[in-house]
Amino acid sequence: MNKIIKVIGDEFKDFFDALIHGDWKTKLSFIVMGAGNFLRGQIVRGLFFLAFQILFIYYLINNGCYWLSMLPSLGKEGPGETYDEFYDQYVYTYNDNSFQILLYGVLTIFLIVAAVITWRMNIKQAYENQKTLAKGKKLTTFKQDIKSIVDEKFYRTLLTVPVLGITVFTVLPIVFMILVAFTNYDGTHDGYVTNLFTWVGLKNFKSMLNFSASGGNYGTIFSKILGWTLIWAFFATFSNYILGILVALMINKKGIKLKKMWRTIFVLTIAIPQFISLLYVSKLFDRSGIVNGTLMNLGWITEPLPFWENAMWARVLVILINIWIGIPYLMLIATGILMNIPADLYEAATIDGANKFQQFRYITMPYMLFVTGPYLLTSFTGNMNNFNVIYLLSAGGPTNSAASSAAGSVGYTDLLVTWLFKITTGAEAQYYMASVIGIAIFIIVSIITLVVYNLLPSNKNEGDMA
Amino acid sequence: MSKNNENHGIGMHAKEKISNTIIYIILTLMSIIWLTPFVCIVLQSFRVESTWQVGYVVPKQFGLGNYTALLNTDFPKWYLNTFCMALVVAVLQPLFVLCMSYTLSRFRFKMRKPLMKFMLILGLFPGMLTMIILYRVLKDMGLTMANAVPGLILVYIASSGMGYYISKGFFDTIPFSLDEAARIDGATRLQVLTRIILPLSKSIVIYTILTAFMGPWGDFIFAKYISFNTSAGMNVAVGLYSWLNKDMIASRYTMFCAGGVLVAIPVTILFLLLQNYYVEGVTGGSVKG
Repeated sequence: MNKIIKVIGDEFKDFFDALIHGDWKTKLSFIVMGAGNFLRGQIVRGLFFLAFQILFIYYLINNGCYWLSMLPSLGKEGPGETYDEFYDQYVYTYNDNSFQILLYGVLTIFLIVAAVITWRMNIKQAYENQKTLAKGKKLTTFKQDIKSIVDEKFYRTLLTVPVLGITVFTVLPIVFMILVAFTNYDGTHDGYVTNLFTWVGLKNFKSMLNFSASGGNYGTIFSKILGWTLIWAFFATFSNYILGILVALMINKKGIKLKKMWRTIFVLTIAIPQFISLLYVSKLFDRSGIVNGTLMNLGWITEPLPFWENAMWARVLVILINIWIGIPYLMLIATGILMNIPADLYEAATIDGANKFQQFRYITMPYMLFVTGPYLLTSFTGNMNNFNVIYLLSAGGPTNSAASSAAGSVGYTDLLVTWLFKITTGAEAQYYMASVIGIAIFIIVSIITLVVYNLLPSNKNEGDMA
Repeated sequence: MSKNNENHGIGMHAKEKISNTIIYIILTLMSIIWLTPFVCIVLQSFRVESTWQVGYVVPKQFGLGNYTALLNTDFPKWYLNTFCMALVVAVLQPLFVLCMSYTLSRFRFKMRKPLMKFMLILGLFPGMLTMIILYRVLKDMGLTMANAVPGLILVYIASSGMGYYISKGFFDTIPFSLDEAARIDGATRLQVLTRIILPLSKSIVIYTILTAFMGPWGDFIFAKYISFNTSAGMNVAVGLYSWLNKDMIASRYTMFCAGGVLVAIPVTILFLLLQNYYVEGVTGGSVKG
């Protein structure tokens, strides 16, 4: 925290230094970007700054101001019918577009921030140049600038495109969706064709915490789904983890032959695209699927077993099938780590009379936990958001009629993410609620991550990750 | 301690044999469980007598009917869509990932840690949240529904820099002294990358390409959202999924199996050929990341 304050303080100090001690060339660059560069011979650099400034002002006048001015209202005139004299009839017209206003409004704010940073950079360079020349040194030439793109500044070259992609395709959408939580954007207020949407303050967050049926019952549904999400994430993570390690131990045990073959059999599950295996296995347990059919042909049961119709069965089944999907990954990871455990630890333990189970309990597990702590954490949060396994296996079903009212149909195996997805499809889509759920997921995952991450022993000598 | 004495009583050799036998039995049973679904899907794809689900595994009559029937559906289109996406993504996504991870591993600059923290925080948001807006934006650009392929490619590639953890873990293991020695000899940063680091990074490059190629074959949710019920823009996952709804499953179930087999074969072969690189990537990177 102190570091951040110091950095900001230094920035301000430098800024006012430039304002007070700058010569006229430096001062001019406060108004005309790049002046401190091209007036001192760095023509190309200066022109880049100037071009940026001109383009930015042009954008602001032509579009930016409009989007910004509409941002507080998100559109004034919705779609409606107007009388067309020529055809002598009413025609439907579309006017303001709340979606675009919000999107481009946010984008304009992003651009303004970028412009301020660039402006600050331009002043900094102008002042640096002034100081460099005062010391009697030479400024960098355009040729040197070009060369630095693949040398000292190479990291900027490499990062530009990926960071730009993340900004446009992740940061901007996330900021947008956070803002949507404070609007009434849904299927009947899509902002253009049906109705405009507008700001509603904290209303959506309040209804998410509302436990009464009259208020849409969101609170009850949310707590039920959250409960199952956490149970699921716990079992999905640790069942895979423990069983995966056991399989790895078995395959790698001394004296077991055909190691490569066993491994390949399990790896096959990773190789085959998950949607095929998940959908197919889901249908295996269908009412008329192979499992029920075989059991009935054998005469063991007379009625099909309710694999996907009974809440408890479905919940246990998704966890079991997830083990089938997940063990191979854990087996691979555990194999890599087990080979790194120093063999003399086991030898010493054997001499001291520890049996195989004790060795597993006191050597293998602590070592594994130490090394795979961060992995375990990300895999827990990953499972909380494991859309594919749930959606392709049970689609969230069977339907939980007690918890399905305003929020559409919700099932017993629904996770928060599958609920989020369901709530955004169809004409009844409630994007604002999806956004509230998304924010809730973020908060829950962050808390878990922060708390557990600080408890992890392996975190202490990492230091590099976060 | 008494147990230990007992062991010596039976004799280590015999005990070893018994435990190995138990392990063989467990591994064999597990192998059967793991392979059964795949055997079932292959067998059913050749079934002739009924197109719906049946209660037995081995078909009464074998034939290629389900495979030839696929040609008269949109399946070839879906296959081509997915293959094109996989190819483009396999070329571009590794560039994004490797640029990001190499930079974060090799360079020390002011924004490095803030950038990594920021991406960590971004990763805590459910990715699905961005889908709603990306769909509307791509729709305005005309890149959804029938034109979903370029739109999806954009979505797969643009943010892929965030998946830098595994390859950064790999780059961290290459000694920094190599870079420094080359820099002293006058190599630029670009030359260090192309002449020294890349030749040493064959395995992680192949791993990144392999996972990038496999992504579009398995993606379901984004493809479903962006193709929006338009068959021409679907990938195999969404297309085949649409055959399993209540109205279609009776006539399309065995064709789903055949389609699944056709999708699985090339991906699986490629994967098994390169599995050593995959294992190296998973075991090396996931532990550190």
